[in-house]
Amino acid sequence: MSLEISRAFADAILEQSRAEYPDECCGVILGPIGSGKALRHKPMLNAAHSPTFYEFDPKDLLALYREADDNDEEIVVIYHSHTETEAYPSRTDIAYAGEPGAHYVLVSTRKEIAPATEFRSYRIIDGVVTEEPVTITG
Amino acid sequence: MSIEIRIPTILRPYTKDQKSVEAEGATLSAVITDLDANYAGLGERLLENGALRRFINVYVNDEDVRFLGGLDAQIKDGDSITILPAVAGG
Repeated sequence: MSLEISRAFADAILEQSRAEYPDECCGVILGPIGSGKALRHKPMLNAAHSPTFYEFDPKDLLALYREADDNDEEIVVIYHSHTETEAYPSRTDIAYAGEPGAHYVLVSTRKEIAPATEFRSYRIIDGVVTEEPVTITG
Repeated sequence: MSIEIRIPTILRPYTKDQKSVEAEGATLSAVITDLDANYAGLGERLLENGALRRFINVYVNDEDVRFLGGLDAQIKDGDSITILPAVAGG
């Protein structure tokens, strides 16, 4: 398992995480069903507006799934930022991970590593976290 | 009376991988009881201490059931119920 993602999307996610700092930012990348390809970036609102928690607004969540259905797409990547900690799934990330087929991407813009950033990807299935390699293309 | 229930990927192991199933009931609570009778274990994934789990979203047609009375939400023939796990974390 690995994640392939374009430089443009990776940059956009890091940019969003800086723009929404100190709150966590979140979003998805969609792709055609069954392709596993991360092709359409869709930033989402963090309805929790929190530096330590993120949650898609329930209404946005339904609209997202309807839109994906209409376009024959699926959610390939679910991402969010950690603003002060490592880009590794927290206990709550693991507890609420509800998409066994998705790549869970975490980015970190914590100060200790600035100006560097972290961009890492995981599978989270039944409470088990498996990190996977990320290939940034283009 | 028949209600369509759309099941998210993570709960499909309970429905033999079916994306949507049918159930009956005049309230959401009754629908969940009926679902659990046919798909054992599903009820527990939706409820905790007799209430809807905080990080499970349930919609009747396009409306979040939290705005329709939660488990007491009235359900009528032909309604479509969608279950989606929250996308959330810390």
